Amino acid sequence: MSDNKHNSDFHKLHHTELLTLNMGPSHPATHGTVKFLITLDGETIEHLDVEVGYLHRGFEKECENQNWNGVFPYTDRLDYTASALNNVGYALAVEKLIGIETPDRCAYIRTIVSELGRMSGHYTNLAAGALELGALTAFIYFVEARELLWDVIESVCGARLTHNYVKIGGVFSDLPPTFEGDIKRVFARNRELWDEFAKLLLRNRIFVDRMRDIAPISPEDAKAWGFTGPCLRAAGVPYDVRRAQPYLKYDKLDFEIPIGETGDNYDRFMMRMEELNQSMRIVEQCIEQMEPGPVNVNDPQWRQPAKDNIYTDMESMIFHFKNAINGVQVPKGEVYFPIEGANGELGFYLVSNGGGKPVKCRVRPPCFQLTSAVSFLVEGAMLADLIPTFDMINLIGGECDR
Amino acid sequence: MNSMTGDLLETVVKIAFVIGLNLGFFAPMLGWVERKQSAVMQDRIGANRAGVFGFTFIGLLHSAADAIKLIFKEDFIPRGADRMMHTLAPVIAVVPALAAFAVIPFGGKFELAGHNVNLVIADLDVGLLFVFAIASIATYGAVIAGWASNNNWSMLGGLRSAAQMFSYEVTMGLTIIGLVMYYQSLSLVVIAEKQVDFWHWGIIYQWPAFILFLTCAIAENKRIPFDVPEAESELVAGYFTEYSGMKFIMFWTAEFIEVVTISALCVTMFFGAYHLPFISPDMLVSIFGGGDFGAIVAMLIGIGVFVAKICALIFLQMAIRWTLPRFRYDQVMALGWKIILPASLIWIFLTGLAILLGLMPTV
Amino acid sequence: MSDEKETTPPTDSAVMAKVKSRFDGATLVFSHSHKGDDTVVVKADEIHDVMEYLRNEPELDFDMMIDLTVVDYLNDAGLVSYLEAENARFEVVYHLYSVAHNHRIRVKAPLRSDDPVINSVTGIWIGADWPEREAFDLYGVTFRGHQNLKRILLYEEFVGHPLRKDYSKTDRRPLIGPRN
Repeated sequence: MSDNKHNSDFHKLHHTELLTLNMGPSHPATHGTVKFLITLDGETIEHLDVEVGYLHRGFEKECENQNWNGVFPYTDRLDYTASALNNVGYALAVEKLIGIETPDRCAYIRTIVSELGRMSGHYTNLAAGALELGALTAFIYFVEARELLWDVIESVCGARLTHNYVKIGGVFSDLPPTFEGDIKRVFARNRELWDEFAKLLLRNRIFVDRMRDIAPISPEDAKAWGFTGPCLRAAGVPYDVRRAQPYLKYDKLDFEIPIGETGDNYDRFMMRMEELNQSMRIVEQCIEQMEPGPVNVNDPQWRQPAKDNIYTDMESMIFHFKNAINGVQVPKGEVYFPIEGANGELGFYLVSNGGGKPVKCRVRPPCFQLTSAVSFLVEGAMLADLIPTFDMINLIGGECDR
Repeated sequence: MNSMTGDLLETVVKIAFVIGLNLGFFAPMLGWVERKQSAVMQDRIGANRAGVFGFTFIGLLHSAADAIKLIFKEDFIPRGADRMMHTLAPVIAVVPALAAFAVIPFGGKFELAGHNVNLVIADLDVGLLFVFAIASIATYGAVIAGWASNNNWSMLGGLRSAAQMFSYEVTMGLTIIGLVMYYQSLSLVVIAEKQVDFWHWGIIYQWPAFILFLTCAIAENKRIPFDVPEAESELVAGYFTEYSGMKFIMFWTAEFIEVVTISALCVTMFFGAYHLPFISPDMLVSIFGGGDFGAIVAMLIGIGVFVAKICALIFLQMAIRWTLPRFRYDQVMALGWKIILPASLIWIFLTGLAILLGLMPTV
Repeated sequence: MSDEKETTPPTDSAVMAKVKSRFDGATLVFSHSHKGDDTVVVKADEIHDVMEYLRNEPELDFDMMIDLTVVDYLNDAGLVSYLEAENARFEVVYHLYSVAHNHRIRVKAPLRSDDPVINSVTGIWIGADWPEREAFDLYGVTFRGHQNLKRILLYEEFVGHPLRKDYSKTDRRPLIGPRN
């Protein structure tokens, strides 16, 4: 029967035809940022075309017309659910090009905000995953966890969503004195919420049936499609940039990289669930290991002086002026620096001509590659399977479309 | 007052009461309950903004605000839609939900001023069959709405609801055959009367039937976890994607009234209808001094008990709705045909066997 | 690069040595390990052969194409020494990674300004599909052999390639109405 189905005579004989459906960009599941052109045979997806670009705002063009420090606010808006990670990735790439090392405390702080960013991204993704399967209560639980996290982030940098916290050669400011206590309180509550969330979903037969064995991918396919991050690890490939090429303080921290088996939606979901726990562990270890000290490189050529000094000290003001008007003069060269983003490998490829603006500022968006594989993943599955699959792929419009 | 006009008056009052109870009390209250109960379950505050002169009445006015907003909204019919069917569909959805109430007894039988008052609109011998017959009409509401909207999402929603509701109707009928065998009657009035003894409440011997029936009923009502016809993350809003204003509110009301109807049916069949445990209506009448006064008080208590039990079951349904994720379309069908249908057949067999062997004495 | 001499380590990494031993000057235009990023520049016509070798050679085993992008050196022609000899303006930049060996390589291919064409690598890594479409969309580089080469981030009616350096950032394209 299934062989006959693809025969055009089948449809003529049975007086049926395929249904073409435009799903998105204004559709509850597509977040207004992507369009699926679906050909349906009943409820089965015969063919699916993904159209992206609805949130394209010319990230690279903007960056090429900005000085090096001015790029940070644009990076915030790439993966806006985990914007600290983008800040960190870009700062590390520029610093690699310059050839400077930030002080110990700065590296720890960056590690902490990276992990907080990763958690916020995962909370958003997992909550949305529950929401799109209709489990609204689970959704709200993780939204609460994310709100608590954002309160902490707000106390660190004053912003909840787009942090703009990390700078070339350092960070915007040191952690507030209340940070340690806040983290303890918030993590305690978030662990409770994690347990409740897990209880609501992970042993729920309906949820498991919706996720298990849906849109699986083999390790070979995942690698060929350029999968990275939780989606690649769900397929059983143990690649995590934090482990493979440690940056910041990840080589000094004790954490585990969860690895999946089947690469289906359930495994992708579980990868993120477990990474939440590991991220909490990392942050706690960082707080333990961290020692007081400077948070910026002591070289005004790269990192502008503290705000107090700018107003009171002549030289500091000159440096601030030069940095703001001409930009940091990054030496000639090209560099690629990958970090582990919330969605996968987040790399910045920079080319400098020695001036104050980048010649090229390319971001390697992890979810661009993931989204390209959506049609491969769901063709032959049912329409309802597209929703959890698309959510576990975690397309973030800002990152995919740039 | 001759008995003809008396009967007519009595019937009109009962119909007014049932419609008032449903449209005036339950439908708006359920909007509030849905918001507040979900808020409580999710550590939120819930709707609390709509107010008159600063009095918000713990969010109760939101239902009124919603009603006003939806009544004054543009009634939109998309281009290419079948105008008549598009308008008819919400009516077909809402009327059966109300009509099913006609055979559900909401109080006992009393003698008031020499007049026999039976607190049910229509005391049918085949009340249960009437409920199922009427409920099956509601299916057309969803299907016609999906077809008449000239929208692919609506169409998919309509197709899904057709498949889902027709399959679950078959199953729903079978789930309560065991109960009918136990009570030896299809009349809801008789079933209600037989539960005067607490040990004859349906839930005691027929609890598997309750679980099966409630599952089917929720599936029939298309609420989470069975809301595949309107699954908002897949089909936008399914069969009523293209509805706005009053027509939208009618689908919404139909859904809430069905929640009440399901609860009322469950109460009538499994939870002793309007009876208090261990206290029969006759005892109540005599406790309150007998006569007309005793009858009125007992009647009001009966109605109160009935409504309270309905509220408890509504709470259960809401809790289910806010806890579980949604099935996939084929999983819903598999559950209906491969699990619930055989389970009901097995339960019919077991009930029959138990009755035959005298393990489950019929009443 | 002007300062690559200072930063290039005296000895090549294993990956670089292997690639250099396989390809001679006819294919390999240039190479450096600036800041520790192993980089080889190959002739655009040879890109498919080079990539196939990098993918299939067991000692290299670059099983992931991490990134593909294009750089426009219109205003910075002096930045890269070999551009003039190649009569090139664009450079397609591939970043590859091997999970098994945990090593990376950057492969670059200079392209001419008037007709930037290069062979597609979608046959080697299916994941190159969208990045190649993006490069086509934003830089106007044509990938020969790509099955579905059309705009991806911008709309079909868009004129020009906005990431080229001669596309002014103040250029505006008219809004297009609904198509039906």
